[in-house]
Amino acid sequence: MTTIEETTPVPSPRDAGADGGPLLDVRDLHVEFHTREGVVKAVNGVNYSVAAGETLAVLGESGSGKSVTAQAIMGILDMPPGKIPQGEIRFRGQDMLAMSAEERRKIRGSRIAMIFQDALSSLNPVLTVGYQLGEMFRVHQGMSKKDAKAKAIELMDRVKIPAAAARVNDYPHQFSGGMRQRIMIAMALALEPELIIADEPTTALDVTVQAQVMDLLAELQREFNMGLILITHDLGVVADVADKIAVMYAGRIVEQAPVHELYKRPAHPYTRGLLDSIPRLDQKGQELYAIKGLPPNLLRVPSGCAFNPRCPKAQDICTTEIPRLFPVTEQDGTPVTGRTSACHFWKETIHG
Amino acid sequence: MGRYVARRLLQMIPVFIGTTLLIFLMVYALPGDPVRGLFGDKGASPAVLRSLRHEYGLDKPVLVQYWDYMRGMILHFDFGTQVASGRPVTDILGDAFPVTLRLAGMAFVFEAVLGIVLGIISGMRAGKAVDTVILVVTLLLISIPIFVLGYIFQTVFAFKLNLLDPSVSDATDYSQLLMPAIVLASVSLAYVARLTRTSVAENLRADYMRTAIAKGLPRRRVVGVHLMRNSLIPVVTFLGTDLGALMGGAIVTEGIFNIHGVGGTIYQAIIRREGTTLVGLVTILVLVYLFCSLIVDLLYAVLDPRIRYA
Repeated sequence: MTTIEETTPVPSPRDAGADGGPLLDVRDLHVEFHTREGVVKAVNGVNYSVAAGETLAVLGESGSGKSVTAQAIMGILDMPPGKIPQGEIRFRGQDMLAMSAEERRKIRGSRIAMIFQDALSSLNPVLTVGYQLGEMFRVHQGMSKKDAKAKAIELMDRVKIPAAAARVNDYPHQFSGGMRQRIMIAMALALEPELIIADEPTTALDVTVQAQVMDLLAELQREFNMGLILITHDLGVVADVADKIAVMYAGRIVEQAPVHELYKRPAHPYTRGLLDSIPRLDQKGQELYAIKGLPPNLLRVPSGCAFNPRCPKAQDICTTEIPRLFPVTEQDGTPVTGRTSACHFWKETIHG
Repeated sequence: MGRYVARRLLQMIPVFIGTTLLIFLMVYALPGDPVRGLFGDKGASPAVLRSLRHEYGLDKPVLVQYWDYMRGMILHFDFGTQVASGRPVTDILGDAFPVTLRLAGMAFVFEAVLGIVLGIISGMRAGKAVDTVILVVTLLLISIPIFVLGYIFQTVFAFKLNLLDPSVSDATDYSQLLMPAIVLASVSLAYVARLTRTSVAENLRADYMRTAIAKGLPRRRVVGVHLMRNSLIPVVTFLGTDLGALMGGAIVTEGIFNIHGVGGTIYQAIIRREGTTLVGLVTILVLVYLFCSLIVDLLYAVLDPRIRYA
């Protein structure tokens, strides 16, 4: 494992995977859930990659498969009912789906860590935060109880929890929401992982605390040069920290773009709808735009493009043919790096 | 915490007065009287009966009797005298209690260990075949009356298989107490198993379990530390109150297996209409029970840090 000394002020960027590829590479990932009602296809062929030091934001409504993808990467899907019928999750060039359970367990927490949405329910209510933080060192590094506690205090200091030494024996419910989320972050950072997956880390927090937590996360990411997958449905959070964005809908990626490109000119009607539904001060008094309808039932995904029943631009072809991810180009045909769109009419959407 | 304990101890006073008064009145309302019972069918002269009644204070109004009794108990630690033998109730309990303690202790170990283990197995595999089997067996145990179960055990293990003694001749011999302890534990065991099962199955889906797995903890630790600490809170509460109930003796089980414990002594006191004996016995048992439930409540705060008593 690559480690970085804590004293190094500006760490050198970590090398990429053994084959020179990205840190994490998800290829054609499918996830299904076998339920009594039928097979729920939660993820249908997702591709994305994250490099060291890079932040990928995964955007989408509830039920779009963004959290399920993350859980598949972590290896914490409930299987059964979950099942991964095809796909690869390559971490530093190695397919994690082909690894043994024990190999994957050793990666979890130490090399890939996850931050969950609701820190109150995600932390064990009957164990002290010091114990829960220290557990990382005790299990993965075989540290003694006493050393682990010292490390836990150090970690709490690092995520700027005041009076860390005095609060190490407190229980999660004794902390405020923002402090609890800091503890979650500290736990994920404990062993300086190479990749962090943050599943809506700020959704449960109020706006001022949201900004503090995101700043902290971004700062620590820079410091350790970690890859970060940020799962969110909050477009405001994304703009500040992400390098690139993947928009998901009904288990598919419908658009991928560098962050500012996407805000400037979306190439998919769904992304456009999301951007238009952000309240803006200069449109005060007008009706706020909302995407009509509901996300599809994953038991019965509409034929063709899954977004077609809600899409203002839908044509006949949209109900019959599933659009592949088209590379997006400028009007004159020069390719735009890192941009793809799964819309038959991406040209009209972006340029029209 | 200290204030809470003090308050709980003070709350025991009305409970204590209420239970003793209730028992006193109920025994008084029963037909028959202990002095007449002493002479059996032959009967005795009214003068003898009257003088004996006067000696035991049975000719006074019931509330005066109650007052005298409570005063004697609180001032002189005198819980009354057994009419049949003339011995103090505390002596009689001193004989019976060790027997009950052994029986209850064994039953409690069975109940706790087997109940929790079955509950965990069942809860971890909720909906599978093992779970269904455990649910059916525990339901069966709950619905069979304990005397039926006792006789079935006697018939099968003592008379057919000759593995165990059918009844207890020496209450200090643990191997003889084995069968009654299992019979006594059976119903509570089923409750403990079902309670543990529900609790485990519910906590298994909790967010912090997902976190524990995401931390890369070995399965042993995820289940042993994170799941158990949370799942056992309601179970411990049940076990605590049940221990109090077991200490009160088991009238039916002790009867079937010929054990001379607290349950049997109470039964005899009821048959002979010995109000004072009964009140004395039950008073002590009420105290034991109240004490057990206080311990359980305090334990609850230790197990679940979200509960704080002020």
